Amino acid sequence: MAQITLKNLAHSYLPNPQSEADYALKEMDHVWQDGGAYALLGSSGCGKTTLLNIISGLLTPSHGRVLFGDRDVTDATTAERNIAQVFQFPVVYDTMSVRDNLAFPLKNRGKDAAYIKARVDQIARMIGMEAWLDRKAQGLTADAKQKISLGRGMVREDVNAILFDEPLTVIDPHMKWELRTQLKELHRQFGHTMIYVTHDQTEALTFAQKVVVMYEGRVVQMGTPEELFERPAHTFVGYFIGSPGMNFLEADVQGDRALLPGGETVMLGAHYGPVAGRVQIGIRPEHATLVASGGLPLTIRRIEDVGRHRLVRGEVMGRPLNVVMPEGMPVEGLPQVAFAPQKINVYADDWRVVPQEEGAA
Amino acid sequence: MLELQGISRSVGGKVHIHPTNLTLQKGSMNVLLGPTLAGKTSLMRLMAGLDQPTTGRILWDGSDVTGQRVQDRGVAMVYQQFINYPGLTVYENIASPLRILGRPRDEIDRKVRETADMLHLTPMLGRKPLELSGGQQQRCALARALVKGAGLVLLDEPLANLDYKLREELRVEIPRIFEASGAIFVYATTEPEEALLLGGNTATLWQGRITQFGPTPIVYRQPVDATTARVFSDPPMNFVAARKQDGAVTLGDSQLPAGSFSDLPDGACLAGFRANHLSLTRPGPAAVEFTCTLAATEITGSETFVHVEHGADRWVGLVEGVHLLTPGQPLSVWLDPAHVYLFDASERLVVPAAYALAG
Repeated sequence: MAQITLKNLAHSYLPNPQSEADYALKEMDHVWQDGGAYALLGSSGCGKTTLLNIISGLLTPSHGRVLFGDRDVTDATTAERNIAQVFQFPVVYDTMSVRDNLAFPLKNRGKDAAYIKARVDQIARMIGMEAWLDRKAQGLTADAKQKISLGRGMVREDVNAILFDEPLTVIDPHMKWELRTQLKELHRQFGHTMIYVTHDQTEALTFAQKVVVMYEGRVVQMGTPEELFERPAHTFVGYFIGSPGMNFLEADVQGDRALLPGGETVMLGAHYGPVAGRVQIGIRPEHATLVASGGLPLTIRRIEDVGRHRLVRGEVMGRPLNVVMPEGMPVEGLPQVAFAPQKINVYADDWRVVPQEEGAA
Repeated sequence: MLELQGISRSVGGKVHIHPTNLTLQKGSMNVLLGPTLAGKTSLMRLMAGLDQPTTGRILWDGSDVTGQRVQDRGVAMVYQQFINYPGLTVYENIASPLRILGRPRDEIDRKVRETADMLHLTPMLGRKPLELSGGQQQRCALARALVKGAGLVLLDEPLANLDYKLREELRVEIPRIFEASGAIFVYATTEPEEALLLGGNTATLWQGRITQFGPTPIVYRQPVDATTARVFSDPPMNFVAARKQDGAVTLGDSQLPAGSFSDLPDGACLAGFRANHLSLTRPGPAAVEFTCTLAATEITGSETFVHVEHGADRWVGLVEGVHLLTPGQPLSVWLDPAHVYLFDASERLVVPAAYALAG
């Protein structure tokens, strides 16, 4: 196992990159802790697969270095890096038994039979496939095959890291729960460094200790799920995390209040120094609530009953704004929307502005 | 109006769809909800006329269309994979169903532009599908399905191959598009939340059978049996063995407060509750307490999924806020009796959760 260091790392697919726009991956400096569970989250084309391929050795970066522990592996092949990988679709040998599929990486490295048996039994128990060990993989469902792929990814104890590339895409929602919990359990038991690439925020947030959010080739925030939810560093994080994402309103921020273009004032939970550029306030739908008076006028367009809450889609001064109302709370006869002041974030040119109290702390 | 009367389909002696009766009204949104292989696609193919039923009849506005070819029916279908002609522009892709029907040039132009406008594709009309994002490609496929004004539009997991956020955007638009079209929409999905967001009616499917059909919030809150409740819950509904004796229901170590249990026969029964109704603090004096062991937690940023073991049962709870708990630790969880569904020994719903009837 190893700590992973990305040193001045950048990548361009072009031979002579001129401007920043020519880079699929903009320059970054990061250290990923040994034994950490990381998720790389972003929409397609954000650079997360490029970054994963650089870590796995499928791609040599055009700039910068990759270190596993103290060792520079930038030019090392995938095999030399000693990593395990799990892909989007199951990679299983149909003609082999489930046991032989799981044992394959260990046999390849000449482990002794007793160790292999013990280890395979342990992994099979973790993925709930003990009863299937002596069956051929052929004819198993996609879910079962993907479990075998996951198990094979975890079977070696001596790998530097395990990389997962959208491993639950082909799995039914109900089964996703089971596999995700098993994956977390495996991480807790074995302490491997895990890197999990996904576009699915729920998967990323629930799997990882640290989520790395990527946007247009850049890491815009690396943080715990709570940090990403409460204090998104960039408007993209606000939009991408949460369903629906954060609401944004143009505003002029002065001290502890925001003045909206229509003349209304919104109280903020903190004081801000002078803020320049394109200024917006951001509020999560979960932190907005319908009120009878004392808020901003809301035009309701649609109310969706999502079971455990209702989603109110509306407009404030012509700008779309969503409100999440908990199950059982009334939504009728409440024409205005109010925000929890301490939950409002301020953004200048899309980046979060640190309030004075927080900066001083 | 589309009516399925005793429709079934078997292939090589294997039943894909059990005899099914279903009536879909004009201008309605209908969700087919069920896991993979539940029969969603099989049922849609029967509705479209792509497959012939083994038994039963299909009526369209009262006339029998059972043997009619798919080309002769007013049906459009959108699949999970974005199917467009890669060599044609977006404009020509949308125009293609009308060209096949031999419509006049000015009518084609008008309809293509109207449909493109509705799907926000107007700026992309001159591009080829592969120059579009995944979401735009699927919009193009949707436009091709809608342009000919089909009376029945079948969408088979149309958002499954899209990024999470694109899915969210199109989910908002699909009800709007549907309302503007006036057609019968049938929408297959594996995701309960998608069904809830789309609204309309939902049919829950399990192993080739429709277990329930009705307005989406009713099916969600008043499932007729444990199977429907399982299919329509994500995370899955939690279940615990219960017992009725002398007019009282015992759940774990606790007794539910007196309620209307008269319809429930004495003996073993099954109690069910959804993840969001499990709580880590006592929600009220009548709450039922369970002593569990924490298996795992998953934090979403604003909420925590709590996986617990209660004897041999494994439950999932979804609670507000971020809770840092250690796996393996004992944990008390509570349940408000108003949120408990009671099913009889054959898993039919007998006593719906009180909260579900209040709403």
